[in-house]
Amino acid sequence: MSQNTQLTLDQMEAGQTGTVIQILGGRGLTRRLEALGVRQGKEVTKISSMLFRGPVTFRTDYTQVAVGFGMARKILIEIAPSA
Amino acid sequence: MKILLMGNPNVGKSVIFSRLTGTRTIASNYPGTTVEFIKGHMKLGQEQAEIIDVPGTYTLEPTSKAEEVAAEMLKEGDLIIDVVDATNLERNLNLTLQLLEKPVPVIVALNMWDDTRHRGINIDVARLEELLGVPVVSTVGVTGQGIKELVSHLPEAAAPQDIYSSSDERWAKIGDIVSKVQSLIHRHHTWREILEDASSHPVGGIATALLVLGATFFVIRFVGEGIINYVTDPLFNWLWTPLLMKLSLALGSSGFWHDILVGKLIDGNVDYFQSFGLLSTGIYIPLAAVLPYIIAFYFALGILEDVGYLPRLAVLIDTLMHRLGLHGYAIIPTILGLGCNVPAVMATRILESRRERFIAATLISIGIPCAALQAMIIGLVGQQGIQYVAIVYGSLFISWIIIGLILNHTVRGFSPELIIEMPPYRFPPWRVIGEKLWLRVYSFIKEALPIVLGAVLVVNILYTLGVFDFIANIAAPVLSGLLGLPKESVVALAIGFLRKDVAVGMLAPLGLTAKQLVISTTVLAMVFPCVATFVILARELGARDMLKATGIMIAAALIVGGLQNLIL
Repeated sequence: MSQNTQLTLDQMEAGQTGTVIQILGGRGLTRRLEALGVRQGKEVTKISSMLFRGPVTFRTDYTQVAVGFGMARKILIEIAPSA
Repeated sequence: MKILLMGNPNVGKSVIFSRLTGTRTIASNYPGTTVEFIKGHMKLGQEQAEIIDVPGTYTLEPTSKAEEVAAEMLKEGDLIIDVVDATNLERNLNLTLQLLEKPVPVIVALNMWDDTRHRGINIDVARLEELLGVPVVSTVGVTGQGIKELVSHLPEAAAPQDIYSSSDERWAKIGDIVSKVQSLIHRHHTWREILEDASSHPVGGIATALLVLGATFFVIRFVGEGIINYVTDPLFNWLWTPLLMKLSLALGSSGFWHDILVGKLIDGNVDYFQSFGLLSTGIYIPLAAVLPYIIAFYFALGILEDVGYLPRLAVLIDTLMHRLGLHGYAIIPTILGLGCNVPAVMATRILESRRERFIAATLISIGIPCAALQAMIIGLVGQQGIQYVAIVYGSLFISWIIIGLILNHTVRGFSPELIIEMPPYRFPPWRVIGEKLWLRVYSFIKEALPIVLGAVLVVNILYTLGVFDFIANIAAPVLSGLLGLPKESVVALAIGFLRKDVAVGMLAPLGLTAKQLVISTTVLAMVFPCVATFVILARELGARDMLKATGIMIAAALIVGGLQNLIL
């Protein structure tokens, strides 16, 4: 039985799905992400990231959101081991 | 009675607003267009109610200037219509529950109802109504479905004032509501989603961008030239010219009034670019040279905005924009600037920090020529060959990049990161595109026509008084020495402060060489904004920063013009 993997949003592969376990940022960032529907416990699917540390695009529910690379590094994701 | 229309960005709020009030309003697919709110009126029984389209906001705990405005306006409302995107219930309910804490009655419009079916979402409206404690009406803004029901249920709006002690508690409640009213049916990816994902992919994104920008350019040329060749030029040549020639004859073919009204005859005929009379050049420039491109540009822009492409372009260009001290979002005001710099500078408000707003506004004023100026550049410089037009655009683009790099290193403050919602691709109804186009074209005619006529009048009077010779002699050393231009061109540069299109028109009779035309139009585009932009810059940046920006513009224009004179 393998352990669940934890990584940040920027490290995810395109197409990978995981659960947000923590926002490693201040209240400001947490609030802005929350307003867009991104918060602890939400399932997110990474769509893509732009080259040269560009923004990361992902989907949560029916919303697509893009965040800067620095912000993506502050979103901690847990990925369940594939069955 | 004041009714507030509130909701998240991209929920179709502005379309509902136009349905309720019946007046024309701008509704866009990207957040930020309605930072300046729009007011309208509607009849409610015997009463006239005022409706305010509040800027889109995700939360009442403001995170940007637009959201601050929204929270502020809440205090004045007597009733709130909360527009909710039915395909994004969970996120939208966050604002709804915050609104339900307030002592103002609320009614919910569950908009984009038609989209829920495509997306396999099923919402139990009656149950939602019961759980929220306020009326809920499903609507489709773009077709008008449900609007009548919404209006008839307005009196039932309620203010339950359920207060939550923390946002965690509120989110728990939202989770509870969503699990009770919403069920999802599994379905496959639609072609639209495949397209959405492709344009977010680095390679697919660049390919899409090139395709979209190429197509946009083609549409603008096609529509603009089509109108000129088949509508405005025939109208002027076959109808207006004969009338003007009769007037010219009646006025004796020369003299003070003749020159003011008809202008100077070129080889015994009216020449719309060179005659410079009020009734010749004065109405030809705004209506026949510029208006066709204004229509073409705003037609293309309106489609790009409402389809929801611009936020994707913002993501794509984010890395480049960071080098200029901005983030990708700044591309939206920049693109608006290709139409007119005034709304572009106003739109810089969607940027969070003061530093970003200063950089974006300065770069727009320097490197982004407005549609009126571009139409004249293409018309006049294009006669010498398309390569010269390319040199003008290339110089502007390179200056835009270089000045941005410099500002990024010198302006203090910070530039935050991009965080943006990507609205789904939607094709807006033609009616909405048409209304928006009309609003923009109308405001161009209303604002530009009087100023163009005024500028032509001023030019004629100052010319008669000999003021221009005086200015020209003073400016001659700079102009001929540094830029290699004849001293008369200073007059055009000075008039550029009033209207840039008229200014380019004034270059026509000077008989400039292709090189001189390139230099003078480039300098004209960069050196300072027109008076309307000037006023807006002062209002948005404050007098000090506006003067700073102007200093940068003048310096940059002289350097670039001087370099062109050396190199070309």
